[in-house]
Amino acid sequence: MYYDPLHIVLADDDDDDRLFFKDAIADVKVKTVVAMVNDGVELMDYLNKPDLRLPNLVFLDLNMPRKSGMECLKEIRSNPKLKDLVIAIYSTSGLEKDIEETFVKGANIYIKKPSDFQVLKTLLDKVININWQYHTSNFNKENFILYVE
Amino acid sequence: MKLHIKYDIHFCCKIVLQEQLDKLQLHYSITGLGEVEIKGNLPTAQYNELEMALKKYGIEIIDNPKYVLVQKIKDAIVELVYLKETLPLANNSAYLAEKLNKAYNYLSDTFAQVTLTSIQSYIIYHRIERTKQLIIEGELNVTEIAWKLNYSSVAHLSNEFKKITGLTPTGFQRIIGTRKETDINNPGPLAIPLAPDLSTMSEGQTVANKS
Repeated sequence: MYYDPLHIVLADDDDDDRLFFKDAIADVKVKTVVAMVNDGVELMDYLNKPDLRLPNLVFLDLNMPRKSGMECLKEIRSNPKLKDLVIAIYSTSGLEKDIEETFVKGANIYIKKPSDFQVLKTLLDKVININWQYHTSNFNKENFILYVE
Repeated sequence: MKLHIKYDIHFCCKIVLQEQLDKLQLHYSITGLGEVEIKGNLPTAQYNELEMALKKYGIEIIDNPKYVLVQKIKDAIVELVYLKETLPLANNSAYLAEKLNKAYNYLSDTFAQVTLTSIQSYIIYHRIERTKQLIIEGELNVTEIAWKLNYSSVAHLSNEFKKITGLTPTGFQRIIGTRKETDINNPGPLAIPLAPDLSTMSEGQTVANKS
């Protein structure tokens, strides 16, 4: 239980953001294994693979070509196999109505993408640590809502 | 039709545990705080069978002594958070040290080493979980919840809630409410109490389980 790394997937179409994320997450205390996809279509293909070990945490950019973050969110939450995934929206948008809408549509976490690398490291550390506490204790994931900026 | 269900997780787990132990025709006694004393020997084959059977229910046998201690600390913290609703306890660290019969520094170091978070933070997480539960149950307003959970003021509760979740209690309540309204296909979050029902359980009884 405590020795299993957390399996994470990031869906983001921006090369720099993906690299930024990968570097920042390397220093997080909780052990992680990270998979990356380039957009929403790739994400849903990945998650729908028949014998996939479901990830513990999905980071989802809102603005992606081919299939947006919101569309992925809707699909994930209406799929019986995927509906219990913990989803973190990872977005540049800071509009309160957007944030609230993603929570209402079933996102667990909303992270406003910082431009500062150190800030990103701190945010990811917090998000992943809290997610890990949920994973290793019997906290109720349905009430898991977290907003960080 | 929609049924609303309240679970007593600890009672449920105890029954499951008893059923699985009975199935293997073992002689045992549940000694409390996540411990089962098996009388006589338990051959490896039976141990494995029991372990697999329990795993299906999300119940795990812990055999690493550090993990055992951490689970005991977590169980004690859950009791502490619920106990604080009935009597204001002087001191969390004194309570834990006395309950687990170990120096607090030792408990705190082991806990941090295994869970990568501090006992104090973990206590706060549980208080916030309890707050969320009470908000969803909808019978108490935020002021009443603050009083029930022994916060010094509503502001104290709101600040702690915001620090951990990034939202205000009212914001959280609004989101959960809107989720329920707009989601016809999915029933809302179930009210699952995290703690033992202290009135029906004998002292120290809990079962470790994994989510």
